[in-house]
Amino acid sequence: MSEPGPEGRPILEAAGRPGRSIPQVVLTDAEAGAAEFAGSTSRVFNYFTPQKRRNTTYENVTVDVQPDPERYLTQGWIYSFADGTMGYEADWTRMKSSDWHAYRDPNGEWERTFYRHQTRNVHQVQQTMELARTTNVFADWDEKWLEIFAKHVSTWMHPEHGLGMYVFVRAQREAMTNMHNNAISVMAIHKMRAAQDIALLNLEVSQQLPDKFDESVHQEVWMEDPMWQGVRENVERMFVLGDWAEEVFAANIVFEPLVGELFRSGFVMHAAPLQGDYVTPTVIGLIRTEYERDLNATRDMFTLLVEDEEHGEENKQVMQEWLDKWVPLSIKAAQGLEPIWSEPEVQAMSFEESFGQAKSRFEDILSDLGLQLTEELVQK
Amino acid sequence: MARKSVSKAHAKIQELSWEPTFVEKDPKYKTDYTFKEGGQKDPMKQVLQSYFPMQEEKDHRVYGAVDAAIRGNMWRQVQPRWMEWQKLFLSIIPFPEISAARAMPLLTEAVPNPEIHNGLAFQMIDEVRHSTIQMNLKREYMRNYIDPAGFDITEKAFSNNYAGTIGRQFGEGFTTGDALTACNIYLQVVAETAFTNTLFVAMPSEAAANGDYLLPTVFLSVQSDESRHMNNGYGTLLMALANDENKDLIERDLIYSIWNQHAVVDAAIGTIIDYGSKDRRKDRDSYAEMWKRWYYDDYYRSYLVPLEKYGLKVPHDVVEDAWRRISDDFYHHHVAQFFATGWPVNYWRIDPMTDEDFEWFENKYPGWYDKFGKWWEHYSSLSEPNGHNPIAFENTGYVYPHRCWSCMVPCLIREDTIMDYVDGQWRTYCHKWCHWQDTVAYREEYKGRPTPAMGKMTGKREWESLYHGWDLADIQHDLGYVRSDGKTLVPQPHVQFEQDKMWTTDHCKGIEFQSPNVLLNEMSDEEREKHMEEYKQGFTINDTL
Ligand SMILES: [Fe+2]
Ligand SMILES: [Fe+2]
Repeated sequence: MSEPGPEGRPILEAAGRPGRSIPQVVLTDAEAGAAEFAGSTSRVFNYFTPQKRRNTTYENVTVDVQPDPERYLTQGWIYSFADGTMGYEADWTRMKSSDWHAYRDPNGEWERTFYRHQTRNVHQVQQTMELARTTNVFADWDEKWLEIFAKHVSTWMHPEHGLGMYVFVRAQREAMTNMHNNAISVMAIHKMRAAQDIALLNLEVSQQLPDKFDESVHQEVWMEDPMWQGVRENVERMFVLGDWAEEVFAANIVFEPLVGELFRSGFVMHAAPLQGDYVTPTVIGLIRTEYERDLNATRDMFTLLVEDEEHGEENKQVMQEWLDKWVPLSIKAAQGLEPIWSEPEVQAMSFEESFGQAKSRFEDILSDLGLQLTEELVQK
Repeated sequence: MARKSVSKAHAKIQELSWEPTFVEKDPKYKTDYTFKEGGQKDPMKQVLQSYFPMQEEKDHRVYGAVDAAIRGNMWRQVQPRWMEWQKLFLSIIPFPEISAARAMPLLTEAVPNPEIHNGLAFQMIDEVRHSTIQMNLKREYMRNYIDPAGFDITEKAFSNNYAGTIGRQFGEGFTTGDALTACNIYLQVVAETAFTNTLFVAMPSEAAANGDYLLPTVFLSVQSDESRHMNNGYGTLLMALANDENKDLIERDLIYSIWNQHAVVDAAIGTIIDYGSKDRRKDRDSYAEMWKRWYYDDYYRSYLVPLEKYGLKVPHDVVEDAWRRISDDFYHHHVAQFFATGWPVNYWRIDPMTDEDFEWFENKYPGWYDKFGKWWEHYSSLSEPNGHNPIAFENTGYVYPHRCWSCMVPCLIREDTIMDYVDGQWRTYCHKWCHWQDTVAYREEYKGRPTPAMGKMTGKREWESLYHGWDLADIQHDLGYVRSDGKTLVPQPHVQFEQDKMWTTDHCKGIEFQSPNVLLNEMSDEEREKHMEEYKQGFTINDTL
């Protein structure tokens, strides 16, 4: 090949049709490897240390996009809040880290993976609903179950929405790295999609059985039914926390296993099929799957903090305080739901059994983090 | 999902929210605006079940194009002049995108309207999409373009570079200070509604003319999310306008946002589009022509002005001042000259301008040659290392500028410069509106009313003061803008790829770097006045070096 200069040579005159003007196509030979010089093979983002041997795509698109004066931000943050608080401050949480930037989302979520997963989930839900609609399965639902679905299963849309919209959306503003914040924004959308899925299932039922189904009673139940007030209190108390890590902890380490999984897996997943409902478990099962992902992301987040050489012990103590504060609320919320277990015509698991499973799952999560419940909490 | 069912679904999901009773709301993100409950609807009727399949479809198209670009080896016909500026642009833009995601809770806390909150949550995840899809695009450039240096240090360079800091306002401004100022006016009403057209529509068309069709694919996909974001902003703005007490604040925030973003975005994008292109057809639009269409006609005349009927005080004079800087005062041409002067501390290359470029500039911007032609000729003659210094340290007649304390672009239209003693130091501003931003807008009261939620301008705002008195080569090492051999520079004042034409730190040793602001503060009052008088008179470029 002859040697084209960097300016290249036009291979087509920009003639075009009369009265039109089109840009020239120019061969520039500006592809990788066309010349050798210092730095010509430096084809990896080299300003961070990958977690494994090589940069993953997730790391490439995530790490250091939120800068930090502790890393390369030499001029510092250039706008602050009224009281002088900077755009991102490590003391927005009581957790301390000797290296916030070590965290990686174990799910490696970035836009491509996230939209792929979510679209798959949406298709699954829509296919299930479509099938239910065309085969008219809602007609098989036990009447009692229809009422339980209206009053309790549907009510579950609210805690999902509250966590997504008013806990995680805020928390994703506040952590010290892009890795934390992106992982938390994924959690927010998981929860919001869960809430919307339940709402749309409710809508579907109301369209199929317009006379037999009270589609908006869940709002009243959520605000007033004594069974649900513990759950609502637990969720609302997370709305006003100022500490993003506490929000994630209270939601994913405490509330979700003790209340979320208790209701979703311990009640709905088992009870629904026995009443002829095979649709709801698909929707609820997805929420459970997504919680597993969120839990993985959360567990890694807090494991790093517990194992931090400098601050691990102190962090553990703060987490213990958080347990003391949130476990009683979540236990109260869980116990409030107990009467629901005896409502269906056909009983699946007892509340005790479900709650026992939820608690043991919760204890497993705590032991992964090296945390323990105080005696007082164990009694409950 | 069919359209009808989306409407029904959207109506249904309005049942999700409720008024908490166990806790008092205590927004962490404060605003001085006041709102009445309820109000605006979300005309876009966003529901996640219809959103995800739509977005994934867009992704398919984007990644299909990425594969095609790699298979078809797009980089054989991409203009190095253009790609080099992408090292700057794509280092900046993912941060504003992700900051937009982070900004959403500022409004979910401040605006009492759950229907708008729903739209904001969609915007949050859209912005995560934008940020990561752009980072991925940049990685493809790094892997496939002849010179990856500068892409390989991208986020580090963004963090420690003067130009990165200028761009960072477009990001930090979304997430700090008064929640409404930041997320509604600065982000949604001005950045997204006004500037995404120049950023995400004008840039792609220029990219394509320079052989780069990946950037258009990614950025038009990004742009397709913006109409939803503009709607979020519009709804909130109308809610704010419904309350008379907000009107002065809206006016303040519009002045600040319109001016600051003009200063920042037009500096970068004006330079990239006019100086990063090899397409010199006479009928291709210049940046000024694009600005006139996208900003002046589409945004200002067709969006802002009609809002006057709702009581919006449109700062016409600010828009006109910005337009004058672009159309008459050569704003972004001064910026391009400054970027090129500062090449030794950049992390991208800047190609010299040729006769063909000169002709195009003179045609599009009459009078251009008299102001800039000779300097660019000097730039060309100094572009290969052969015993002389980088152009900033040769006697061209150019006077290294003071930096604007507000927008952090230098004070380049010299006669507009304002010097003032503010918060215990002498500061310079590029224009009266930038002076106003620091001394009037970013303060604890506005037009006699207290504004306790308004943010503060912070940080080491003059980049040069970090390196006052340093040796230039030491600065380059400190910044990390040195290639793998430990001495060849990442930036070069040309796009030639022969090793012997590359500048190294050896060429920069022994040159002392100085901060104009430090020097200004060291002067006696008399010296300072005289200095500023001379500064405002400008300079003349020498005929010969
Ligand atoms: Fe965006
Ligand atoms: Fe300025």
